[in-house]
Formats: sequence, structure tokens, C-alpha cells
Amino acid sequence: MKKVIMGNHALSYGAMLSRAQVISAYPITPQTQVVELLSEMCADGTLNAQFIKVESEHSAMASCIGASAAGARAFTATSSQGLALMHEMLHWAGGGRHPIVMGEVNRSMAPGWSIWADQNDSLSQRDTGWMQFYCASNQEVLDTVIQAFKVAETLMLPAMVILDAFALSHTYEVVDVPDQALVDKFLPPFKPAIKLDPADPRAFGGLTGSEHYMELRYKLEKDMEKAPALIEETGREYEKLFGRRLGLIDPYRCEDADFVFVTSGTAGYTARVAVDELRASGVKAGNLRMKLFRPFPFQAVREVLAKVKKAAVVDRNCSYGAGGIFYQEVKSAVYGWPGMPPILGYVTGLGGRDITTDSFKEIAAHAAARDRADEEIVWIGVKK
Amino acid sequence: MTQEAKKDKKFTMTLPADELMACGHLACQGCGATLAMRYMLKAVGQKAILCIPACCWAVIDGPYPYSSMDVPIYHCAFETAASTATGVKAGLEMTGDTGTTVVAWAGDGGTFDIGIQALSGAAERNEDIIYVCYDNEAYMNTGIQRSSATPFGAWTTTTPVKHFKNRPKKDIVAIMAAHKIPYVATASVAYPEDFVRKMKKAKEIKGTRFFHVYAPCPTGWKSRPDDTIKLARMAVQIGYFPLIEIENGEKTTLNMMIKQRKPVDEYLRLQGRFRHLQPEQVAAIQAQIDTRWEHLLRGCTV
Ligand SMILES: Cc1ncc(C[n+]2csc(CCOP(=O)(O)OP(=O)(O)O)c2C)c(N)n1
Ligand code: SF4
Repeated sequence: MKKVIMGNHALSYGAMLSRAQVISAYPITPQTQVVELLSEMCADGTLNAQFIKVESEHSAMASCIGASAAGARAFTATSSQGLALMHEMLHWAGGGRHPIVMGEVNRSMAPGWSIWADQNDSLSQRDTGWMQFYCASNQEVLDTVIQAFKVAETLMLPAMVILDAFALSHTYEVVDVPDQALVDKFLPPFKPAIKLDPADPRAFGGLTGSEHYMELRYKLEKDMEKAPALIEETGREYEKLFGRRLGLIDPYRCEDADFVFVTSGTAGYTARVAVDELRASGVKAGNLRMKLFRPFPFQAVREVLAKVKKAAVVDRNCSYGAGGIFYQEVKSAVYGWPGMPPILGYVTGLGGRDITTDSFKEIAAHAAARDRADEEIVWIGVKK
Repeated sequence: MTQEAKKDKKFTMTLPADELMACGHLACQGCGATLAMRYMLKAVGQKAILCIPACCWAVIDGPYPYSSMDVPIYHCAFETAASTATGVKAGLEMTGDTGTTVVAWAGDGGTFDIGIQALSGAAERNEDIIYVCYDNEAYMNTGIQRSSATPFGAWTTTTPVKHFKNRPKKDIVAIMAAHKIPYVATASVAYPEDFVRKMKKAKEIKGTRFFHVYAPCPTGWKSRPDDTIKLARMAVQIGYFPLIEIENGEKTTLNMMIKQRKPVDEYLRLQGRFRHLQPEQVAAIQAQIDTRWEHLLRGCTV
């Protein structure tokens, strides 16, 4: 059924259709509507789930972990400061192998207080053992939640479904909300191999000496590495039922491009418009939108970049002292591989500053004059 | 029951015989917290799940992949005993298990200090969990630092003798009772029958049940391992740790009336952590105990 819904509600419908059993969340702008709708669905029985109205995000994630350990499908959503407050528990969910799915609305970190979009909140959680999916439309948000549960529960790893504050969270778009029966066909109930069960008592996460810890982490890494292939496979299966798929990257006019932008989130769709305009003016441009960030889709990115002459990574985030995070990751993905183009990095759009087609044109012009990054961090759109 | 016990007609078992805790755990000699767990499990039985945050008990149980207990344990983050237990309970209910008792089991630090937000949140929502705080009056797992449960006058590594703890212990029982949860109780490892009776009663109640269990720690208190029970008993008998129950934040019952309360002196003398105290400080501690005892008697049924 087609519905006009905001990005936040695309998360709620995704969780509902996935039949999440325990939802535990704490409000923060711009995530609030995600859980408002879900609490309503739980209260009126549309969704057969327990909604735990916790007193903090830290407790939200702790109770999702508890629920997941008890064998239930758990969902939460947060943003910015809330995600940062959860940080310790994100490691717990990753290291403890709990396939929780979380909606995460990209909002800048304070100070100064800002409710607008940038990616420093989620990207600074990149080492917690969570998969990270960056979305660019409300449809993609909804579809990703359902597919993320399937991948997460197969690998026993948690997943974040990430969308830009306001640009998606509060923007209404037409979304095809799939049929529950079809989703049930795609996503079976969560049945973990081991769980908290008095009939089969086990201790989860106890004191672990150096003779075991590394092996547990090795297994986590190996399962992370399985994710790209599994996401592709899950996407194909989803496509058969719903006509859309998740995938690792979203390349646009890259096959014959000389120059590509590497983008993520809603900036990726703005980049498409810029690409069309640049092509009209004779620049053979393309856009590589990153959908999956963790695990990093090395091969998919290399395949696209191998065909182009130059790439500019556009980051709506900054690892202070080292530049854009996607930039660093893309550079390291191609480093040492023959035939790879020069990669340049740009930081823009922090704190919700608009990333416009002009921003992309400025980046293209700057990149055209260089064959390698001559300064580590190039800022676009800073008022002088 | 042993053969001898069966033959002896006068012998009666006052505690459940089942042992859900095996030998091979890693506690120090004379650890009160270990006895507390043993008694709690005897009362609650095998259909239970424990959530244990960082504390001595995160170690006592045994290292991965072992466990010395016959019930499942989730080792959770330091401040999350109550919130993890809340999630476990919700998860069980959603997967069709409504009969398992979920017990959050934390030290005084994890309860009085870092975990109080999650505990208060769970209590305010009246989550259907039993929360047990075993109180050894300091952070023992990290090497004896003061917590807000450390009593006035005590030495710890962060309250050295010249700067001993100069604030009274936080009144966690009053705080929890103020949440108007159905059941708040104190218990002591020196009175296992009382502990087991109250725990069995708590098991039948729905909602948040809170236990404050007095659990001496020879390592941190600088006391003799074989004085653990003696100290726990004295704490009750001098009126320092009264055995009480509070129902719905209103009805307080004193489980053991002490007609002739002994002075605090000997209790303090048996513990190295109070060795530095001057007579006037001992008198101050005595005065604090007397005031609280009188306050308690005014507000409860006996
Ligand atoms: C967030 C966090 N901060 C600090 C610690 C370190 N830590 C582990 S156990 C502990 C003390 C526990 O004290 P308590 O709860 O009283 O239990 P006990 O060790 O006395 O049994 C501390 C401070 C931690 N594990 N997590
Ligand atoms: S330090 Fe104290 S509480 Fe911890 S195991 Fe030893 S005796 Fe028990």
C-alpha cells in the first residue's frame, strides 16, 4: 500500500512489519516520532510488542540487549547525544552478538546545541561491532529495516539504519508499505541458537581471559566479513518479493565517468542532480553513494573506482585532526591496488548546512585543478 | 537430607535443600556476598535468570566458558542491572515464558551509585523484577574504594585513615520505599531463614521487589573470614542493620525486635577499617545508630 509518510515513520513501519517484539526507547529530537508511533501501535495492539518506556538511552539499549538475550526481536531508535550516551552499550550489543536493529537519525553533536544533520554521531560508533546502513529516501529506510533484521539475525550482529535529520526524518515522501503477509514470508521469527533459558542454563559474557577473548572477536570480525555477500543475497530475495533491494552501494552514471563523487545519505541524491548538470556542461561525472559503511564494502567500491580517473569524497562529518571519515576509509580501501584513481576529500554540510548542487560543482572545480590531495582537509561552504 | 539427619528426629531443615550454586567459584574466604547468592537461589529456585553487572559477583561465578551456577546468567554493564533485567523480563514474556523469575544482582556501588538511575527508572515503572543489592559497603572488585554505601568513619583506599569517610551511608531503603514499589526488604547472611522467607514471599509478588542484603567482606573490611556471620549478626543486633520489610512504601514491619541493643564498639573493633577511630567518633557512630533506630521504631509495626 502506498502511503505518504515521514522518514521517522518509515522506521516505525519497518519495525512494525518486522514484528519487533520488544521496543525500548527514549525521546530525542529528531527521532521522537519513530517511537511515538510505535508506542501507539503497541498500545492499540497493531503491533504485538512490549514497549519499555525507559529513563535514558543507556537503559534503552541495555533493555534491548536483555530482550534479545532472552530470544526476542528488539528495536530502538535514537540520535546524536542519545547515541553517544548508548556508546558503552553499543559495544555490549556488538560484542555480545545481539541482532538488535536501531533507527539512528544523524544529528550533529553538541556543543553548540544543534538538532540538524551531520554524521559525526553515527560514524564515531563505527568500531562497536554494528553494521551501518546509510539511507537516502524514506522508501529505502523502510526496506532497510526489514532486510537489516534478516541479515542481523543470520549473522547475530546488530545493525543501525541511518537517516539524515529533517532532510529525511521529517520529510514526507510516498512510500510503498509492503504487505505484512509478504514480509512474514521474507522474515521468519527470531529463533536464536542459544538464549537465556532456565532449562539450559548458560552464563553470557562472563569474565574472559586472554586465552579466549581474541577468538570471540575473531569470530565477530569473520561474521562481519560475511555481511556484504549476505546483504546482496538478502537484497535479491527481497527484490523478488517487493521489487526493490538493499545492496551495498548505489552508483549513478559511474560506468563511463571520468570523475565521481563519493557520497552518503541524502547528499547522495543531491549529487545525482549535480552529476546531470555537470554532464550537460561536458564533465563526465558520476556519483557513488555509499549505503553500507560497516562492514566496509571494499570490493564494491574498488570496482567502481577502478573505472574512473578521479574521485572526490564528500563528507558530512569530520574526524578532527584527520579529515572526513568516508574519505579516510575510501582512501584506505583503494590503497595499494593498481589502477586506482587519485582520491580527494571534502568536508561540508556540518550542523545541517545545506549541501546543494552548487556545493558539488565547487567540489568538482576544486578537484579538476588537482591530481592529488594537497591539503588534508578541504572545507566547502565555510563562511570566510 | 543426610542419613544421620533423617535418623535424628529432632533435626529439621529450615532452608530448601537444593543447591543451585556449585563449589569451584572464585570468592574470597568468608565472603558474605557468596552466601547471599546461595540463599537467594535456594528461595527462588531453578526457574530464574540472573543479571549481574560489574562487581565481585561478575568474577565469583567463574570465568568464561564456566559458571558455578545452575541458572542462566547475563553479565551486563555496571550501571544496567535493572534495565537489562527489565529487557530480559520483557523478552521472556514476548517469547511465551511468563514463569521465570528475573533477578538483578548487584553490589552496593552498582546500586547506590552508578546504577541508581536505571534502578529508579525500573522501580518507577514497577518492572516485574527482583533487584538484590548485596552490600559490602565499598567497591570491592576494583580494590576497596568508597561508595555511597560506605559508612561514616570507614577506611577505604579513597577514604584513607586521615580522611576517612565523613558522610553517612546513603539510605537506599528509604529511597526505594519512596518509589512505592510493592516490596522492599532488608536481609542478612546471618539470618538465612528470614532471608529465604522474605525472598519466597517476594517471588509471589508482581512488580519491582528490592532487597538490601548485608554481606560482610573480610577482604575489604580487614576482618577475619570466620567472623563474617558474627559481624553480620552483630550489625542486626546493635541496630545498625535492622531486618525490615516495607510494603507499597507504607507499611513497615520490623522483623526482629532487639530489646537490649549492644553498643557498637565490638562490632567496630573486629574490623581493621575502623581501627583509626577515636572515642568521640565511635560515640558519633553510636549516636547515628540510636537516632535511626528510634526513628524506625516510631514508624513500624513489630
Ligand atoms: C562504567 C564502568 N565504570 C567503572 C567500572 C569499574 N568497576 C567494576 S566493578 C566496580 C566496583 C563494583 O562495586 P560494587 O558494585 O560495590 O560491587 P563489589 O565489587 O563490591 O562486589 C567498578 C568501579 C566498570 N566496570 N564500568
Ligand atoms: S572482595 Fe569481598 S565481596 Fe569480593 S569476593 Fe572477596 S570477600 Fe567477597
